[in-house]
Amino acid sequence: MAKVKLTIDGREIEAEQGSTVLEAARQAGIDIPTLCYHPAVGPSGACRVCVVEVERAKTLVASCVYPVAEGLVVKTNSARVRNARKTVVELLISTHPQDCLCCDRNGRCELQALANRLGIRTERFRAQKPQREPDASSVSIYRDQNKCVLCGRCVTMCRDIQGVGAISFAYRGQRTLISPSFEHGVGEVECVNCGQCTKVCPVGAIVEKDETGAVWDALDNPGLTVVVQVAPAVRAALGEEFGMAPGTSVTGKLVRALHMLGFDAVFDTQFSADLTIMEEGHEFLSRLKSGGKLPLLTSCSPGWIKYCETFHPEFLDNISTCKSPQQMMGAVIKSYYAKAKGLKPENIFSVSVMPCTAKKYEARRPEMRASGVQDVDAVLTTRELAKMIRMAGIDFANLEDDDFDSPLGESSGAGTIFGVTGGVMEAALRSVYEIVTKKPLADLEFTQVRGFEGVREAEIAMGSTRVKVAIVHGLGNAGRFLAGLRPGDSPYHFVEVMACPGGCIMGGGQPLSLEQDVAEKRASVLYQEDRNKAVRKSHENIAVRRLYDEFLGKPGSELAHKLLHTTYGERARARVEEARRQAVIGAAGA
Amino acid sequence: MGVLYRAHVLVCGGAGCVSSGCRAVQEALKSELAKQGLDKEIKVVETGCMGSCDLGPVMVVYPEGVFYRKVRPEDARDIVQEHLLKGRPVERLLYHTSQREIIQQMEDIDFFAKQRKVVLRNCGIIDPEDITEYIARDGYEALARVLTEMTPEEVIDVVKKSGLRGRGGAGFPTGLKWEFCAKATGRPKYVVCNADEGDPGAFMDRSVLEGDPHSVIEAMAIAGRAIGSNQGFVYVRAEYPLAIQRLKHAIAQAYDYGLLGKDIFGTGFDFDLEIRVGAGAFVCGEETALLASIEGKRGMPRPRPPFPANEGLWGKPTLINNVETYANIPPIILNGWEWFAGIGTEKSKGTKVFALAGKIANTGLVEVPMGTTLREIVYDIGGGILGGKKFKAAQTGGPSGGCIPAEHLDTPMEYDTLVKLGAMMGSGGLIVMDEGTCMVDIAKFFLQFTQDESCGKCIPCREGTRAMLDILTRITEGRGREGDIELLEHLGTTIKDTALCGLGQTAPNPVLSTIRYFRHEYEAHIREKRCPAGVCAALVHYEILQDKCKRCGLCRRSCPVDAIEETTEAELVAAGVGAAGADMQAAGASQGAISQPASSPKRKPLFINQERCIKCGVCMRECRFQAINRC
Repeated sequence: MAKVKLTIDGREIEAEQGSTVLEAARQAGIDIPTLCYHPAVGPSGACRVCVVEVERAKTLVASCVYPVAEGLVVKTNSARVRNARKTVVELLISTHPQDCLCCDRNGRCELQALANRLGIRTERFRAQKPQREPDASSVSIYRDQNKCVLCGRCVTMCRDIQGVGAISFAYRGQRTLISPSFEHGVGEVECVNCGQCTKVCPVGAIVEKDETGAVWDALDNPGLTVVVQVAPAVRAALGEEFGMAPGTSVTGKLVRALHMLGFDAVFDTQFSADLTIMEEGHEFLSRLKSGGKLPLLTSCSPGWIKYCETFHPEFLDNISTCKSPQQMMGAVIKSYYAKAKGLKPENIFSVSVMPCTAKKYEARRPEMRASGVQDVDAVLTTRELAKMIRMAGIDFANLEDDDFDSPLGESSGAGTIFGVTGGVMEAALRSVYEIVTKKPLADLEFTQVRGFEGVREAEIAMGSTRVKVAIVHGLGNAGRFLAGLRPGDSPYHFVEVMACPGGCIMGGGQPLSLEQDVAEKRASVLYQEDRNKAVRKSHENIAVRRLYDEFLGKPGSELAHKLLHTTYGERARARVEEARRQAVIGAAGA
Repeated sequence: MGVLYRAHVLVCGGAGCVSSGCRAVQEALKSELAKQGLDKEIKVVETGCMGSCDLGPVMVVYPEGVFYRKVRPEDARDIVQEHLLKGRPVERLLYHTSQREIIQQMEDIDFFAKQRKVVLRNCGIIDPEDITEYIARDGYEALARVLTEMTPEEVIDVVKKSGLRGRGGAGFPTGLKWEFCAKATGRPKYVVCNADEGDPGAFMDRSVLEGDPHSVIEAMAIAGRAIGSNQGFVYVRAEYPLAIQRLKHAIAQAYDYGLLGKDIFGTGFDFDLEIRVGAGAFVCGEETALLASIEGKRGMPRPRPPFPANEGLWGKPTLINNVETYANIPPIILNGWEWFAGIGTEKSKGTKVFALAGKIANTGLVEVPMGTTLREIVYDIGGGILGGKKFKAAQTGGPSGGCIPAEHLDTPMEYDTLVKLGAMMGSGGLIVMDEGTCMVDIAKFFLQFTQDESCGKCIPCREGTRAMLDILTRITEGRGREGDIELLEHLGTTIKDTALCGLGQTAPNPVLSTIRYFRHEYEAHIREKRCPAGVCAALVHYEILQDKCKRCGLCRRSCPVDAIEETTEAELVAAGVGAAGADMQAAGASQGAISQPASSPKRKPLFINQERCIKCGVCMRECRFQAINRC
């Protein structure tokens, strides 16, 4: 890339042609404040907080979108700039509820930090505060539009990165708001519950639906056996909530904290990830053998499932009928574990801790009642668990390690890497390879399926068969990938799809960070844990084998199907329904 | 060709005249002509806007050029039988000056005589639905010349040298824009016409589309040739159904004649033109928002650079000009840049169309050379202020512009002088205000408009205009505070400096310019809680002048809220009120008696209960003795 020289605050700086003034300044250690800009969603130039003075420009310019140029002279801290930024934020907070004490993002709010940084101490333009009803229609996310600063990050995330477009700007002027179509609740439209919007919202306007209350109640209820399962990605990120550096593994501390919170048994979703590989691997091989629908699309990511049901129902038969690890574990807890412990399913309160907001929705799907009652009762995100740990006064960073409980706490390294894009595929390949070739794998690490490219593909020789696989993460990528694919006619045999860019480690319920280097550090936690495991292949997980021996029979058995498999259905799109309704009204009117 | 007619009756079919009933007049004329057997001799033509909208429905009878105004269907008989049969113009329908002088010929009426029509050259003269009439007036000759005799570089050179600047508001040199676009590397390229005219009161673009749609079509094809584009889009707001209909019709005719489509004039040049209808958002007049809207997205502006000339529609180089700008192009090509550059002033060439509105005698559309003074427009063409009142200010540039006060009446109307005065040319809306206009109220009106129309994207515009509106509202409601004017100035300059697009950057102009020229009015509202123009309802009150009041009770009966009451003598004394107080006291307060005006000896004096009064002004209008005062 060619370089240009420009002057920022009197210093000559070299920057890449095509970069912005903001990027150039930050590289030079000059931190220009921003609000609507987010590295993961890109600049929009909307909020005007990052304005700077550019010599010979008529007005101030937004540094997040202003391109560098040779000889540009920029001032980022003149009186004119400081005054403008302060006024802009003062105007913004003039209609902001400022109920910071009762806000989910209290202490971690970008607007709060900005107002503090800019030295705002009075409310100069105090105005009428909006009084809109919060949107509680979704089981995954909760929207309080009164707090919304209209930065547009969620819209860009949902529409451009995830390719869903469940929310958009509506109305103009002071009435402008971000809303699903026809001002429906977000739970009533095409939202796939991925929760990526909650991760980009700079304030408390979009947060996960809080279930900590229900979990506390269960823990306080002596009549309930409260069981918890933890997804792999949680251990790779929870430490960040307690000031630990990204990339710190906290598995042992996490288990200790859950025991301290009072859970009767702490299980590992990695166990059911291994179980998933057994079922899904079996399904894959039987489709391969019997000429069933291929490619097989993975089914672990509930946001992806809902996306496919809504936008690409033509691929529903390609999706594995296997439930996700959360739901397999839920079903096993309220059947196998209940039976072993002599408990009735309804007396077990099954909690899961997930990096994911869509899991909240998945747990409530009507299909997820294999035990006769709702298999998973409450789903906490990583962030919600951190809240509970803080509330309980647990000094998380200094906890001693602890081990998962038996029998559903044992896992292989294959189950661990489920939390990162490519991990499900790699875990499956490890088992499928050995089952097909009946030979042990020389090198367990399929590095060709790892990485963060939006779509990756690989071809693996298994004896005489060459299996062509693809890995897709981020729903925008998934949409583009599917658009180039015809259901019955595809070069691929097996495709892993995860709804969130980066996979579960960057899920909608994870600590708020979307930076690429954080993704890489979280992934390294899981890959390291995999390397440290004695057992690294799902089919070698003793506890899983025991489950089959004692209870399920063999993969794909009738009981396995009843408990561990599910069905999907096409979803009508809100817009279509609305249009139909309006057509009916129109016809009635005519 | 068809029949030759001995006379033509041109009936204005602009939207203004359509609303005042010109279609019924046309029908009446046609049936009367048929009845008299004249329908083969005399042709009735519906033209575009003639400009004199407040006189509508208007018409001109040629060959004499007799101008009739406010014609009703029942006048058709006289026009046909008297004028068209017997050659005697119908006097009662002729134009009267304010001195009651009757003028028969259109060209002798000041409103028309003092204009110079380039953009509106065909409006009101040709039938906009008949392409042959446009062609008869040299239509498509410019395109032919461009395609057969000129290189694209030569075309751009002519436009550059003509000095034509964008008529949509900011006045960017048109030729330069064309050149940028011609040099842009992306393919394909697009030509876009901005017909999203949104300034309150401005309707020149609508009139051109309604009255002379081919001039825009021809110009866009010329632009396509010049920059290397084969596809054009006209973005028209949905509120202009007649313009859309006529443009659609004109485009279809142009295709039929081979003037659009493939291989135009056999030169191998292709140009397609489509209409895109906007949903009527003011912000879609901003070019990046307009392009987003054409792409089917929400009309929200985006930061520039990149400019549309490099990355416009679907990321491709896009030339975007406004209707009036395009309408100038064919005559520039035909008459040469020297001709065009000879009109106007040094830095503002050509003519400008203004939409006259407000407290002016002749409202409507006028076209004058750049540099014509405001005084000439208001007094010579506009006929001065209504009701002989005093001129106070004129707002140019609509909600993005500013006001020009009486002391600058001799300002030449051109881009740069207007900006220096804190106003701007804008699209050419000219709203005239008289002494009865409150400048704080006017500023509030425009700010309400921009606040309603803000796209909501950037904070300075969305929240800043609202904060300014809040302050203006409290000032006009008598709750203004010391420091409010300074706060408005601070907000205004910050919004101008930080807003994302032109809408926000110009939104404070009406406030800043009224503060600049009428600061004392703001001060009177804030410090004395007084509205000098008597407009702000919260700051005026009505009172009955007891010395003039005949106690007839008319006001009392007309008051919608029963705020006018009889008052007992004791209350009267206690209140110490009354213009009649002097003789009241003289008559002897000791006796508790009040001298009664002779006219109604038995009636008690009337007073306005200020608590109850809603300041509607009905009492003042009803009173026959000027006994009610507003102050």
